[in-house]
Amino acid sequence: MRRVVISGAGTINALAEGVAQTQAAMEAGRCAIGELAFRDVERLSIRIGAQIKGYDASARFTAQELALYDPFTQYALIAGAEAMAQAGLERAPDPARWGCIIGTAGGGHTTANNAYRAVFAEAKNRVHPLTVPKLMGNAAPSHLAIRFGLQGPSFAVATACASSNHAIGLAFQMVRSGMVEGMLAGGSEAMLNFGGLKAWEGLRVMSPDGCRPFSASRNGMVQGEGAGVFVIETLESATARGATPLAEIVGFAMTSDASDVVMPSLDGAAAAITGALADAGVAPEEVGYINAHGTGTAANDRIETAAIRQVFGAAAELVAISATKAMHGHCIGGTGAVELVACLMALRDGVIAPTIGYDTADPDCDLDYVPNVARRAEVGAALSNAFAFGGLNAVLALRRI
Amino acid sequence: MRPDVQDQVFSIIAREALRDPSELSAEMTLEELGLDSLGLVEVIFAIEETFDVSVPFNANEPAATQFDMSSVGAIVTAVERLMSGGNPSSAVA
Repeated sequence: MRRVVISGAGTINALAEGVAQTQAAMEAGRCAIGELAFRDVERLSIRIGAQIKGYDASARFTAQELALYDPFTQYALIAGAEAMAQAGLERAPDPARWGCIIGTAGGGHTTANNAYRAVFAEAKNRVHPLTVPKLMGNAAPSHLAIRFGLQGPSFAVATACASSNHAIGLAFQMVRSGMVEGMLAGGSEAMLNFGGLKAWEGLRVMSPDGCRPFSASRNGMVQGEGAGVFVIETLESATARGATPLAEIVGFAMTSDASDVVMPSLDGAAAAITGALADAGVAPEEVGYINAHGTGTAANDRIETAAIRQVFGAAAELVAISATKAMHGHCIGGTGAVELVACLMALRDGVIAPTIGYDTADPDCDLDYVPNVARRAEVGAALSNAFAFGGLNAVLALRRI
Repeated sequence: MRPDVQDQVFSIIAREALRDPSELSAEMTLEELGLDSLGLVEVIFAIEETFDVSVPFNANEPAATQFDMSSVGAIVTAVERLMSGGNPSSAVA
């Protein structure tokens, strides 16, 4: 089978715009969670989040483009442009053999929120004529395809918090199998608006004061926003073009709990981790870093810990695990893509991002979570976990190259 | 043509066509101004918002529309007619 690498990476999230800047913030253990600022925020009981601040859409896109680009599309285009530039590509080298998969849970959520406000709250009888193409979940991959001339398979994936990992994993499989030559893949989310947060707070899983994954004091997740997009192609095509492979993707597995729609399952998570290792041909002892799903909810962190223990056995004591959501928030459909940036830092730079906000040990979470301070380590292989509402699990396995 | 309506329609079309209103004249067509189908629906939306009217335009049957968009001047006249209530406006929600 063909070897598949990441040859370009891009991100915009609440920590920073840009992969290097995001990695620097992760290494420093910076927290981007703060007071939310948007219309009607005072009517929410949860008022914190990891919001991208100081962002001026009109400085980056024309008015005509903004009529079509919801923030989630804007973020995907910004991340995609960074990734393509790093890969040394202006356009797809072989358009029919390149495509794009973007994970998103809410799609053009801000556009839908604004349109509903107009017709329901403000009793207006019309909304902007481009509301549908702006809010559709496939707007981001479609505009990436238009921008970069990707004429092969392109679509959006919606698996809640696992969307990005499903998107990247599918792209990996398509390149590995020879179905395509290269893909842009990742995820994007922009759900930090009144309607979005109002729905989330109803679920009673949101923390009012901060994200503290694996800590006994944890009391819920904190939502973020942003995108990560990667150029995924064969090792051969990347090196032939003179691009520098950032990491090799070696395995991917997805499972469905097929049980509870919101309560995570140990067996489902463990099966996804086991499957990714088997697909990659990587033994647990070889894995130096796991980017955990680590949401900061009571249930996820306990069950994720148990799943890692079940799969890794004695090797669970040796692996460094961190949950970067404490820094950039839970970017929902975009989160696995933003978190892959931490995996690249571990594999490429030997820097493991910390789990910040860690203050009290929990007997149910008794592994090495790299608390609060980044760590230097040689990492030969890494996993990225994503376990979604709906019981859909997706785990990626990567190797240093 | 009422000057105020004309000025506002010219300004709406100019904005969508990325031109200055002074570059427009009544006999110009939207095609000449480089407006594509998306630009056209944006113009219609802006007209509806500005004049509080409903433009009877269906993108599936542009030829059947009772709103004359054959030129910039024709649009101004059609808007004036809509404002005076002289045209059915139920074709567009």
